Amino acid sequence: MTTTPLKFYQIGSFAVGNRLVTADERSTQSDADRTNALTSGHRACQGCGEALGARYALDTAMRAAKDQIIAVNATGCLEVFSTPYPESSWRIAWLHSLFGNAPAVASGVAAALKAKGRTDIRVVGQGGDGATVDIGFGALSGMFERNDDVLYICYDNEAYMNTGVQRSGATPPAARTATTQAVGSAPGNVFGQGKFLPRIAMAHEIPYVATASIADLRDLEAKVTKAMEYRGARYIHILVPCPLGWGSASCDTIKIARLATQSGLFPLFEAVNGEMITSTPIRKKVDVEEYLKLQGRYSHLFSPKRNDEVINHLQRMADKNIERYNLMGDM
Amino acid sequence: MERPFAITLGVGSSLANHTGSWRVEHPEYLHRMPPCNKACPAGENIQNWLYIAEDGSYEAAWNELIKENPFPAVMGRVCYHPCQTACNRGELDEAVGINSVERFLGDYAIEHGWEIAPPTKESGFKVLVIGAGPAGLSAAYHLRRAGHAVVIKDATHAPGGMMRYGIPKYRLPREILDAEIARIAKMGVQIQLNTRVDDVHDELEAFDAVFLAIGAQLSKRAYIPAGESARILDAISVLHDVENGTPPLLGRKVVVYGGGNTAMDVARTAKRLGAEEAIVVYRRTRDKAPANDLEVTEALEEGILIKWLSTVNHVDGGKLTVEKMQLDESGFPQPTGEFEDLEADSLILALGQEVDFSLLGNSADLDVVNGTMPVDSTMMTTHPGIFAGGDMIPAERTVTTSIGHGKKAARNIDAWLQGKSIEVNLEKTPVTINDLNTWYYTDAPHAVRERLEASRRVSDFSEVVKGLDESTALYEARRCMSCGNCFECDNCFGVCPDNAIKKLGPGLGYEIDLDYCKGCGICVSECPASAIQMFPDN
Repeated sequence: MTTTPLKFYQIGSFAVGNRLVTADERSTQSDADRTNALTSGHRACQGCGEALGARYALDTAMRAAKDQIIAVNATGCLEVFSTPYPESSWRIAWLHSLFGNAPAVASGVAAALKAKGRTDIRVVGQGGDGATVDIGFGALSGMFERNDDVLYICYDNEAYMNTGVQRSGATPPAARTATTQAVGSAPGNVFGQGKFLPRIAMAHEIPYVATASIADLRDLEAKVTKAMEYRGARYIHILVPCPLGWGSASCDTIKIARLATQSGLFPLFEAVNGEMITSTPIRKKVDVEEYLKLQGRYSHLFSPKRNDEVINHLQRMADKNIERYNLMGDM
Repeated sequence: MERPFAITLGVGSSLANHTGSWRVEHPEYLHRMPPCNKACPAGENIQNWLYIAEDGSYEAAWNELIKENPFPAVMGRVCYHPCQTACNRGELDEAVGINSVERFLGDYAIEHGWEIAPPTKESGFKVLVIGAGPAGLSAAYHLRRAGHAVVIKDATHAPGGMMRYGIPKYRLPREILDAEIARIAKMGVQIQLNTRVDDVHDELEAFDAVFLAIGAQLSKRAYIPAGESARILDAISVLHDVENGTPPLLGRKVVVYGGGNTAMDVARTAKRLGAEEAIVVYRRTRDKAPANDLEVTEALEEGILIKWLSTVNHVDGGKLTVEKMQLDESGFPQPTGEFEDLEADSLILALGQEVDFSLLGNSADLDVVNGTMPVDSTMMTTHPGIFAGGDMIPAERTVTTSIGHGKKAARNIDAWLQGKSIEVNLEKTPVTINDLNTWYYTDAPHAVRERLEASRRVSDFSEVVKGLDESTALYEARRCMSCGNCFECDNCFGVCPDNAIKKLGPGLGYEIDLDYCKGCGICVSECPASAIQMFPDN
């Protein structure tokens, strides 16, 4: 774990802030003068995890880069809900081009800044899982491979939510989407396909790769801050539940993100130069069922008839993560 | 306005887009009822004084505490803390040691000589309080705070009532009691000792209202066949005599009959007076005994033997016969016909107390029902202007309950004097553990108060339970989960996807920006303390 536990007994380092801890021990989000990179009035759905993840990550990056940031955004929910012409919710320098080319544009911005000698200005590329793991993947891999000085952040809500919840390469098995209906003998998305991009990023042996969750703010902020200390290509993959696409209550967004990590389905770890260096231990272990049953996209696993085979399969995936990433902290 | 090629509209901020119009419900910050406050017989706002103490503002915390109860140092020693039984943290790890923090604050106040300011305005009313026990002193304190002139009359030669004559020194050192009473006197409360009131009605000429709090000091008797040489005493007189410095001779082997706190106190006192053996005999089982668990545990630790399910049958010449009992189906003890002899130089009866109404002399028109004096919901007796509380009215007989009576009576007397009525608070349901988001609380076990070793305890009257030092008290206060009330953890401010929560600064809390709040409810789900709830928009 990259965060230092506070020696404070009431709520430890889990809450956003606290009046009893010193200002430098509080999260960026607890600061009344935080950047608010993505400000009010944006048109994201109620309880949007991506809006939250973007503000968390960019506010932290702004603090780390002393407010010198240019963000390059791929097409997707985040771009559509934040910038319907001529409005913008962004309070940072922000650039949008196409769905598939955000990593390439970010590389270009970095190259331009380098040419101008403005290495104090840092570049952040960002996009959803569709733009990152599918459409823009080639450009992203190139950016990694050239080790361009860009922090790329993927807000993973596990499908193409903006266009109507179609399956992406990051959609988990058994999940219902518009293109993987809960019908037939193997309802929902198939097992054994898709990709987990953090591991692919690690295979590029770039300086820094990390996963993060909106349910663990301090861990997320620590990782973004750390990523900003490196030069070269860096990648952070943040799980951001989507109430609309996942069929969950808008008030449960953070709870679901928390259950994803506490069940082991979404491991939190960081890797330097291709090697995993730390993972965040599970604090209160839960079965995957706790996570699944809050989401309409998995409701076919529980009704009309409980599908133990699939639930167990998902549990095995979680168990494998726990072992692979040492999530019970017994290493 | 000139615009670049193909640009038809000027750049605007999304702040123009008031997403609050999407909403069907909105969050509101609440002050909900924490279970500790609900359980406190003295009506303390425990959550609030813990919250204030958490940042080291002990004086402010103490001032908040004494708004309801002028005896924190006494409470921190003798209260059986129903608040801790109710504490939600008990479901998570262990209940917050509220009682030990209260004691810390009380002791800290005494150490630093904090005083209570006399009222700034005199009301012109005069109130008489009869009895300087916890109920009387509490009433006097609250009446004085409200600006009334208060006189307390007490028949004994030292104030404190059962706090002095019923609770032994090893549980409540007298300098602590004296300090907290002196503070009340210093506010301008007149305490007249060695003063018996013979007729309450006569006093109504000099006073505008009277509060009766004469306690229950008459030991209940039970018929026990006894020989001539049997030595039988009652618990209250024993404790009274010990307090006055004239302890009775009890002998080497002492048997105490009864299962309440007084029985435990007197057995433990007998041990300290030099008895080699002190045995408590009680007719029912431990779980049916009225004694507080803590008292039983401490008594057992000190080597007191307890014979459950036993009655005393006969006493004579250093010997005593007990009969074993068994509980019938309805839970009543029935004799078994099995007997056992115990050696006993004296038998102390601790079978409960009755109100000594002779103390009130010619006050015949006041109703007495089943040995206690009934009062209405404003604590008033059948006689207008005469109020009563404490052990003499039908209620639980603990110091804390009496202090609560004193407060309630004082507020009602104040209202009655001014011809007003008090609005009764609606019954609020306390916050439960299920309402809280316990994810955010770290595991933090309870700080245990040091206790004097049992072997050292029985040799003198030193205080058994020690206090907490400052850092431990602070730790303990910070274990409070602040049920139902905001403690400024910034969670709502941090988790709102729409930046629709404004942080107003230390001590000021937060405000929902209804222009942008979409009503997602994440702030409610992620509030650790359940201090926010959703309400439908109109």
